[in-house]
Amino acid sequence: MPATDDTDPPGSTDLPGDADLPGDAAGVDPTDGDAVEVAAQAALDAVAAAGDLDALTATSRVHTGDRSPLALANRAIGSLPGAQKAAAGRAVGGARRRVSAAVAERREVLEAERDAAVLVTEAQDLTQPTSRRPRGARHPLALLVEDVEDFFTGLGWGVLEGPEVEAEWFNFDALNFGPDHPARQMQDTFVVDPPEDGLVLRTHTSPVQARALLEHGAPLYVAVPGRVFRTDELDATHTPVFTQVEGLAVDEHLTMAHLRGVLDALVVAVLGEGTTTRLRPNYFPFTEPSAEMDVRCPVCAGTGLAPRAGDAAGAATAAEADAGAPVVAADGAADEEAAPCRTCGGTAWIEWGGCGMVNPAVLRAAGVDPERYSGFAFGMGIERALMFRNGVGDMRDMVEGDVRFSRRLGSEV
Amino acid sequence: MRVPVSWLAEVADVEVPAEGPEATARGVAAALVRVGLEEEGLHGGDVTGPVVVGRVVSAEPEPQKNGKTIHWCSVDVGEDAPRGIVCGAQNFGAGDLVVVSLPGAVLPGGFAIAARRTYGHVSDGMICSAAELGLGEESSGIVVLGELLGQAAADARPGDDALALLGLDDRVVEVNVTPDRGYCLSVRGLGRELAHGRRLDVARAFRDPLEGVAVPAAPGGRAVVLADGAPLDGRPGATRFTARTVRGVDAAAPSPWWLRRRLVQAGVRPVSLAVDVTNYVMLLVGQPLHAYDAAALDGPVTVRRARPGERLTTLDGVDRALHPEDLVVADGEDGARAVGLAGVMGGAGTEVTASTRDLVLEAACFDPVSVARTARRHRLPSEASRRFERGVDDAATAAASQLAVDLLVRHGGGAAEDGLTDVGAPRERPWVRLPVGEPARLVGVPYPPERVVALVEQVGCEVADAGAEVLSVRPPAWRPDLLQAADLVEEVARLDGYDRVPSVLPRARPGTTGSRLGGLSPRRRAVRSLARVLAEAGLVEVQADVFTAPGRADELGLPEGDERRVALRVANPLREEAPLLRTSLLATLVDVLRRNVGRGVEDVALVEVAPVVLPGPAGRRSPAPRPGTDGRPSAQEERAVRDAVPPQPLHVAALLSGARAPRGWEGPGRTADARDAVEVALLVGEALGVPLEPVADPGRAPFHPGRCVALRVAGTGAGEAEVVGHAGELAPRVVAALELPARTVALELDLEPLLAARPGPRRARPVVAYPPVKQDVALVVDAAVPSGEVERALRRGAGPLLEGLRLVDVYEGEQVGEGRRSLAYALRLRAPDRTLTTAEASRAREAAVAAAGEATGAVLRGT
Repeated sequence: MPATDDTDPPGSTDLPGDADLPGDAAGVDPTDGDAVEVAAQAALDAVAAAGDLDALTATSRVHTGDRSPLALANRAIGSLPGAQKAAAGRAVGGARRRVSAAVAERREVLEAERDAAVLVTEAQDLTQPTSRRPRGARHPLALLVEDVEDFFTGLGWGVLEGPEVEAEWFNFDALNFGPDHPARQMQDTFVVDPPEDGLVLRTHTSPVQARALLEHGAPLYVAVPGRVFRTDELDATHTPVFTQVEGLAVDEHLTMAHLRGVLDALVVAVLGEGTTTRLRPNYFPFTEPSAEMDVRCPVCAGTGLAPRAGDAAGAATAAEADAGAPVVAADGAADEEAAPCRTCGGTAWIEWGGCGMVNPAVLRAAGVDPERYSGFAFGMGIERALMFRNGVGDMRDMVEGDVRFSRRLGSEV
Repeated sequence: MRVPVSWLAEVADVEVPAEGPEATARGVAAALVRVGLEEEGLHGGDVTGPVVVGRVVSAEPEPQKNGKTIHWCSVDVGEDAPRGIVCGAQNFGAGDLVVVSLPGAVLPGGFAIAARRTYGHVSDGMICSAAELGLGEESSGIVVLGELLGQAAADARPGDDALALLGLDDRVVEVNVTPDRGYCLSVRGLGRELAHGRRLDVARAFRDPLEGVAVPAAPGGRAVVLADGAPLDGRPGATRFTARTVRGVDAAAPSPWWLRRRLVQAGVRPVSLAVDVTNYVMLLVGQPLHAYDAAALDGPVTVRRARPGERLTTLDGVDRALHPEDLVVADGEDGARAVGLAGVMGGAGTEVTASTRDLVLEAACFDPVSVARTARRHRLPSEASRRFERGVDDAATAAASQLAVDLLVRHGGGAAEDGLTDVGAPRERPWVRLPVGEPARLVGVPYPPERVVALVEQVGCEVADAGAEVLSVRPPAWRPDLLQAADLVEEVARLDGYDRVPSVLPRARPGTTGSRLGGLSPRRRAVRSLARVLAEAGLVEVQADVFTAPGRADELGLPEGDERRVALRVANPLREEAPLLRTSLLATLVDVLRRNVGRGVEDVALVEVAPVVLPGPAGRRSPAPRPGTDGRPSAQEERAVRDAVPPQPLHVAALLSGARAPRGWEGPGRTADARDAVEVALLVGEALGVPLEPVADPGRAPFHPGRCVALRVAGTGAGEAEVVGHAGELAPRVVAALELPARTVALELDLEPLLAARPGPRRARPVVAYPPVKQDVALVVDAAVPSGEVERALRRGAGPLLEGLRLVDVYEGEQVGEGRRSLAYALRLRAPDRTLTTAEASRAREAAVAAAGEATGAVLRGT
């Protein structure tokens, strides 16, 4: 509802009517130049003395109204002999113009003063906090997933989705996990009852590899974000429900070098410029060669040592250090042996996800010729990325739904 | 797998930096990481400071008031004068060499040694027990070096460093072995990998402990029959079975200290000489072994599948019902009696005991799948089954057995029978085709052909025709995982170093993104924009649990037959009480609300966008088939797999409780009510470009019957309209059952029909500059008539001139009469091609009122 204001806006001035004019003033002889000048001067003085708009209006009536001395003098000119008319007309006319101009000028000044005064009285303390619009937030994991999706669409990749309750065949068989493969046990799978129905909660986003290859064939460049499930008890570093982003590229001439190129670009996009990666051999049934991707620990910057309390707090304490705190030399002059970094366990590297070249068996099961096409795939944990990037110390914060967590991290754009 | 560095150094060159054992271990771990053995931890090195050999000069017993007798000892620790040390143990005397930790030493657990006053003396150090030194031995007395080390203690002198003497400065590297690398569950395998990790030539830097081990050529005395009548998928349960007999062994003889020490370091508990030796050889070369008491073993050994109803008491004392698929080792006539679960655990009846004199030593190779299934079926994962599941070196079986025989004879006496029973054979090792350019094709590093050959030879492969375009490569017996070219490519890349793989960003070609458009799908964009709109509207996005309890349906008041009562159940839930997959988001979003309120957050507006699992009224679909994976499944098979996956529609749900606008200096604020829920629901439709309209719905759990609307896509007739969800206040009974704040309001919508109905780009309409005419109308209707119906009728009646309509006042009271209410609307009318006259506008208004009257019985107020 629009606000109404009792105060008239500045600038509107009520002009007085002619209803109650003062009585006739003494006439001035229009031929008497001095008298005209005296009357003009009196008018000008009165105008200059008008302290507010009302006073000016009154003054203006007295000195420029129909019965003002100069108006009367002007009227008297008509009865003058012709020879005197011109001179008297000039004198009286000039005097009247000067007075009118002075009134207008004074009015402008007084109106400006009044307007300024009104604005002062209308002043409000706009620093008083209001809460007229409720504040919401996105979930930080959802925002990070969007960042990652945007990274891939920027590379020209597509973004696909797949079901969370998944056929065992897509989750395992099509990915080269045989029924008795030891790796099938290491997956800690939630199985849908009854197990004969062949449904599981997907343990990774990789089943979408098989779905996508069957549906679209090669060449294919897609990213697949989604929730996945493993039978890990919820604690500070594990959650049974977590988020992955899968990448799959299948084309002619793709190599591990391309895999590494995409991962290097991805870590920079997510964790910032200067983040470095390392691939080390690992094993996954659906990739061969396989690798684990590690990123250099962003908390200890790859030193493997726990940051001193000051370092962790960042810029604020950097200023304190400048202000005179002794700086311990990096080459070990510290009194006590530094503790290993808690984030990377002192190894300077953090596992971020598995990757590798798509196993020919996976390509074959999806009807893609492994001699013509090669490809790479990887799966990265979004929760871990959020932990490194935003310093989230406890994974439970991400799944408990405490609004304070989302509000703190969920408004980045 | 835990491997002591000192043991590893026996089979492979270990770099020994000047910084000491810790640095050595770090170097070993780093080299192993480089070739794919992830470091799980470093152990050992937790005894530091002066720990020395001491000779007990005198030990005076001093009985104490508490009944204990302590010894006041004088101990020569190689200094000018002996030290006085109080010791409570009884198992030593003057002249014994013992281990003394001097003040300044720190023992495992951070136990710092200092001179201290006790029992009326100042004890200037401590005489240590095995437990105090972390040696993992079970004896409770103090360490008497002559007893522990035997001959090795002969050269020890008082003052010698006991840490080095006992190997307490040794480190243990623990690595994670991936399922493809069974051979790395041995010191032998890790030694090879260490050489690879250090980029050293295996021929020089690795010493195979099986090299030069000679096995008897003569047949052994114990007959063995492989009689698997039901191989799994055609694979016999045992491919090779060897037996050796050792007679006259003193099974009660202790295992030598160094052997026990290595077992402890590797995480294996020492038990008895026979068991310790078999475990030691298994750790060394990866071949599981089993020792039988020959006297308890009746006649020939038979390997067969278990018989119906057969039972076996295993070494752990558990009486087990066997499954016909279990492979057993049996003795007696025709293998009448099972004496062990092959490759998993031996039987109690043939166990080696202290009185055993003659041993039969089994070293065999069992089918990985058969062992894996048996171990899983009986929940009996063992060191042996772990190795068989991953494949053992079946060319080394007899040699491994020989190592064990030698150790038994050396430490237990007796004599080995000079014959070997060896039934079956090592598997055929197939040749693998490796195009010499394949490593470069898959890895992107231009390996020269001779480098490819050299690297596959390093891992133990034979290369038949080096120089050819396509190499024929035969992997070694310990690498059953190398089956195809890609597997060999990994070996080449791994040994050459993953760090040599360059980083090249590929460009996706147009049309390779799984959709014609590329980029984000319109669906994904719509969901994103919806989530953003809801956050802008003041809702906080959360992710609630997907698992829920069966009782939740009752708490939500879902009626019998409600489709949300049919949920998929997880067979192995983390929490037994919550095995169901939620069929609605609200089912668990309420828990998030309660958690927030419990933590003192009073004003909560939560939203979740996520799929639910709705198996449908039947609850069960036809099982998902498991087509073969040698090639693409048929279209029919693929469809059957896809169709077996239950529908998982994307939903949105929100819960609001507490203030929607908080109390402040501007006013008392406003509590969220059912209308907020309805407004958010309508906002969902707006955000997706599919306007929704609310229709009163008194029959939808978990909502308050009088404060609930169904949402349906606007503009569809009542009959065909699809209800996409509901919004309103939760029923008081639900609020009470779930312990939610009173008057909590909620909504849940199925987004699938909305996403499907998204209209695409809208058509523009000319923006009309002719002036509008505003008309107000107040109608009186029966209080039970929903305003939505009145509004729809007004819109219909007013026709195309109506530009907008807004409910501006609702009045109930005396002036309109009992059971009636007045609804006042502001109408805004405009013609597209002319200035509308008041008369025209009034005609439209009258038509609107007439339509409302016809549809709802509305009459103009004041008439």
